[in-house]
Amino acid sequence: MNSNGEEGKVESQMTAKKKSTEKALSRKIEVAERRLPSASEAVGEPVFGLEGVGVSYGGKVAVRDVSMTIGAKEITALIGPSGCGKSTLLRCLNRMNDLVPSAEVFGKCLYHGTDLYGPEVDPVEVRKLIGMVFQKPNPFPKSIYDNIAFGPKVLGLPDVEERVERALRSAALWDEVKDRLDDNAYGMSGGQQQRLCIARCIAVDPDVILMDEPCSALDPISSGKIEDLMLELKEDFSIVIVTHNMQQAARVSDKTAFLIVELDSTEENRWGQLVEYDETEKIFTNPADSRTEDYVTGKVG
Amino acid sequence: MEARDALEMARGIGADKPPRSLRSSSPRYGEKVIKYVLVACAVLSVLTTTAIVVSLLVPTIGFFEQVSFGDFFSTESWAPNLEPPSFGVFNIIVGTLSTTLWGLLVAIPVGFLSAIYLSEYASKRVRKVVKPILEVLAGIPTVAFGVFAVTFLSPLVGDAVPGFIKTPPFAAGIAGLAIGLMIVPIISSISDDAMRAVPGGLREGAYALGAGKFTVSTRVVVPAAISGIVASIVLATSRALGETMIVLLAAGKSPNLTLDPGASVQTMTAFIGTTATGDIATGTISYDTIFAVGVVLFVMTLVMNMISIRLVRKFREVYE
Ligand SMILES: Nc1ncnc2c1ncn2[C@@H]1O[C@H](COP(=O)(O)OP(=O)(O)O)[C@@H](O)[C@H]1O
Ligand SMILES: [Mg+2]
Repeated sequence: MNSNGEEGKVESQMTAKKKSTEKALSRKIEVAERRLPSASEAVGEPVFGLEGVGVSYGGKVAVRDVSMTIGAKEITALIGPSGCGKSTLLRCLNRMNDLVPSAEVFGKCLYHGTDLYGPEVDPVEVRKLIGMVFQKPNPFPKSIYDNIAFGPKVLGLPDVEERVERALRSAALWDEVKDRLDDNAYGMSGGQQQRLCIARCIAVDPDVILMDEPCSALDPISSGKIEDLMLELKEDFSIVIVTHNMQQAARVSDKTAFLIVELDSTEENRWGQLVEYDETEKIFTNPADSRTEDYVTGKVG
Repeated sequence: MEARDALEMARGIGADKPPRSLRSSSPRYGEKVIKYVLVACAVLSVLTTTAIVVSLLVPTIGFFEQVSFGDFFSTESWAPNLEPPSFGVFNIIVGTLSTTLWGLLVAIPVGFLSAIYLSEYASKRVRKVVKPILEVLAGIPTVAFGVFAVTFLSPLVGDAVPGFIKTPPFAAGIAGLAIGLMIVPIISSISDDAMRAVPGGLREGAYALGAGKFTVSTRVVVPAAISGIVASIVLATSRALGETMIVLLAAGKSPNLTLDPGASVQTMTAFIGTTATGDIATGTISYDTIFAVGVVLFVMTLVMNMISIRLVRKFREVYE
């Protein structure tokens, strides 16, 4: 976890960013302008600052007291046993948890210094900047073209056709589908569908891409393609990925956060908690916490 | 396993017996009986349909032996029971179209929007209360809607828009309004089911792109559920076309060739209803007229169903 000194530095950088981000969040802005925050960003500059973040569903705590800083143009992996709240935590970052009526979010979730859960913030605007790719590929039951064009059209972005091509190229899908853009997306393989979902996400020029176990429904070859894609995408986007596959986390991510399921003394209440967050290499070779070591070496979980 | 053991075992195959008999332990008569019952049911419904069609067609052929096609499909007046009779069926076709049109004009927007509300906006608790209420509406006898239209809707509209209803209390628009209210639950309930069957993952995918709730509802959920929605509208239209009691009570019985919602009209069903309950003898032209009109109504419903099946095929978005 971050030392205090580092956190101080982070704070000041975040305040500097705050103004431009607030603007981006509170109203619809031209694409070029919206791209600015990340376009000018150096690798590792903080994008998210979580301070004591917790989530409960219908009063039951699912994840508690997570504090971490997520860097720009990096891949940050969230790992841990099933049920430890990885998805829940990820969904805090673009306010997807708002869609679950029983969910409640605590703590501070800063995005470029602006509290995502602040009173002025519109979750719809948040999601325009922070896209998401889901565990099960979920293309719309439309043509390949319409899948990608959906976001730009809904958001009223210019040059839809160009965007579609650009997004498909970025997702390394263009050559495979350029001759059948009018075909239904459900005719694609699972791996292609997932890359389509990534392209769909890219097409609206987000700043951050969240991925919730994007490869868990895919075969190893398709997974490999998505991993390669992620490494390319981090040139332009900040990526947070949840994965249950530790090799994957080790291969693609720069930083890794390890969460566990904690039980209280009565063993009735369980919740997820952050154990350790550090450079991926350190987590996998020389973790500070013995629980992390047990997990990454496969002794438990 | 040793190679020799494996060989030994392989030799044993064929000589050995399966651990239990593989023959059926009982003749399973039940299965056969069930199959015949199912076939009988299917055959029964096919037979019924055929019987209806034949019983409609025979008198209809008799009708056209006496009245020419041109006289029937014309805009001459509709007075089959007068002397001399006149058979301009367009008068009552338009009457049916008028009440159906006004009914759908009420029911489609109201039903469709309530379905969006129920499926996408309402909390679980609200839906639990509202949906059963809507479905009770579907169970109210149509005669009650008819009486409601004449005694309540008609004076209400008449007071609000003086001069709108030409021959109070009867008007195509009033009957249409009542029909509309009657078929709202068909549209809202079936459309709501279709929309709620759309996987949540599709909604999440759209939300994650920064789409708002209304966009997600109208541009993701509705297209994905369109076959169910269209089916609900087709079903509702069939009900509206075939509705008899409401139009009998509220639309009047003057066969006017007009789409004016304030005018009194006679629909095909109202004609059949009044004439068939009157004192008529088999084999007379009046008697045959009923069936000729019945065939027209039948064909209209059939064509509508066929068109909508095409439409659904064309616009359907299949999700897995
Ligand atoms: N929509 C929900 N409603 C209620 N409880 C939920 C919901 N989503 C997740 N949970 C609970 O929150 C905890 C963490 O779940 P999740 O974030 O999905 O874990 P992970 O992704 O690490 O497997 C689990 O105990 C789960 O049952
Ligand atoms: Mg999960």
